[in-house]
Parts: sequence; C-alpha cells; structure tokens
Amino acid sequence: MAQMKKKKKEVGAISTASLPDIVFMLLFFFMVTTVMREVELKVTIKTPNATELQKLERKDLVTYIYVGKPNTTYAPLVGTEPRIQLNDSFARIEDIQPFAIQEREKINEKERNALTVSIKADRDVKMGLMGDIKQELRRAQSYKISYSAIPGEVFIP
Amino acid sequence: MARNKRAIPEINAGSMADIAFLLLIFFLVTTTMDVDKGITRKLPPIEDTTNPPPINERNIFTIVINASNQILVEDEYMEIDGLRKAALEFLDNNGDKSCSYCEGAQDPKSSENPKKAVISLQNDRGTSYQAFLAVQNELTAAYNELRNRLSKRQFGRSFDNLNEEETKVVMEAYPMIISEAEPLKLGS
Repeated sequence: MAQMKKKKKEVGAISTASLPDIVFMLLFFFMVTTVMREVELKVTIKTPNATELQKLERKDLVTYIYVGKPNTTYAPLVGTEPRIQLNDSFARIEDIQPFAIQEREKINEKERNALTVSIKADRDVKMGLMGDIKQELRRAQSYKISYSAIPGEVFIP
Repeated sequence: MARNKRAIPEINAGSMADIAFLLLIFFLVTTTMDVDKGITRKLPPIEDTTNPPPINERNIFTIVINASNQILVEDEYMEIDGLRKAALEFLDNNGDKSCSYCEGAQDPKSSENPKKAVISLQNDRGTSYQAFLAVQNELTAAYNELRNRLSKRQFGRSFDNLNEEETKVVMEAYPMIISEAEPLKLGS
C-alpha cells in the first residue's frame, strides 16, 4: 500500500521518520553512560599523570576531596593558594575529619571499611598540604585512599 | 497530499526529534565520561606510630624526595627512570633464600625476602604532588611487575585476571608494604 503511494510522487522526499530513532539511540547511550556532576568544582584540578592506575569500583563507596587553586571566580575571595574543597564549599584542614566521619556514617555498617576517599588534587599542590590531609584522614579512621590521576607518562617537574 | 487519502490522520511525529534532541543535549551537557582512576593506598592507623616494631636495616628501602623534587634512594641520588628497577631488585632480592619464586641477586645488603621488605617513602613539605605520585607510580609498577610474573608462572594468567583466591595468594607472596612517613620540613 505504502509503495503505491510512493509511486505517485515525482521525487520522493527523504524520510525523516527514522531521525527520532537515531536520536533516541544516542540519547539512551548518554543516559546510560552519564554520571551526574555531583558538585560544582570551585578549584582547578589537573590531576597528575600515572600509569599504574586502578579503577575505583562501587561509586557509592567513594567520597571525594578536591585540592587545588581556587577558580578565577573565587580567587578574589579566598586567594590563590591551593585550597581544599569538600562537597560544595571550601574547607579548612580541620574540617576533613568530621567530613570523613560523616561520610562513613552514611554507609551501612557492613561496608563502612570499604569506603575509599579519593583525593583529587592538582599536580602542583605541595606535599605539605597533602600530608596534613592524610593525617586528618588517619584521625578519622578513613584509611583507604586513592590518589586520583590520569593515564600518562610520569615525570618529575 | 498523500495523507489526505487516509481516513485517520497520522499524528505528526516531526517534533519527536526535537524533543529527543532537547533531552540529548541535556545529557550531553551534564555528562562526565571520565571514570575515576587512581593509585590506591592504605594509610596506617595512628596508634601504630608510637611503638614501631624493630625492622632490620637491610629490609628497608629508603626513598627521600626533597623540596626540589630530587629523589634520594638508599642515600644515593637517582632519576625517576631508574627507580622501578631499583625497587624491583630490592623486593625480589631474596637474601635469606626462603623465597622460592624470587629471582633476585641474593645480595646480603638488600632485603631478606619480599614479605619482610619495606619501602619507606619520605617527602618534604615542599615536594610537589606530581613528583610524589610519580614515585608512588614507579613503586606500584615494580610490585605489579613482580605480581604479574608470579601469577603468570603459577596460574598462567596475568594478575588482573586472577580470581579472588588466587589474587590473595599472589598478594601475600608480594605484599605491598609502603610506609609514607609524615613530611619533613627541610627547606623551601
């Protein structure tokens, strides 16, 4: 039947009926692969290079600490020295322990020890600050940590 | 024109694409494709530091990174390229000949066996994070190489493809003992 109708046309218009299908396919792909951005980054982070990377399984058992220089928007307010960001706000070093404990409390008791703290720090951050963060995490008994990095050849600056 | 012939008019699906595009763009914008990857470490509990167990000097592989990101390995200056090999030789040394799967040189000054071998990493407050992680990366690489070698020999597969029990066996054979000391404040 459809064929008969087509024959009447001089030049068949290109059917766009399958366009929604294609777009939906793309849509589903992005819906499945998407991870919603949980926090707005207030610090600029370029994580260091490393080759021996381990993927962090179980996103629900990972909590993040961001360390880096404040964005240009926030630089006039808090200065340009590297700062710590927890959730959506800048934090002081003393805030890490309560933060880590609070994050642990959120997880059910069985899996609490599997909580990993992923430290996303800029490659130019000094180890003094990182050492302080590690010390605070030890105080909070969050021993599992991950130094977040991107694949690439290592180098010494 | 062709449509007019039908009794029931079709619902115009032309805007369907627009709706789908709108959703698509929303997900495109909010999406972050990157999976979080990193080098995992386990921090020691605080109370451990007050009374450290005695460790034979030969079983400690000392690495110091100063504020200018220079690396000192066992009191000798070293470039990052040589670190992996040095760490590997230390871990695999098998000084007391108790490790059947080791291939080390059995140097009497180096470690007794991989289970006793400890890597001590000391950095300055001024050390850059990239340098620290580069060193951590090389150490992990050394461990991974040894573990891979053992798992290939014992189970015929690479370390990543082992099942849980086999992984445990290999990890016990080459336990990763890296001590990250608190940063020094030597110089700027």
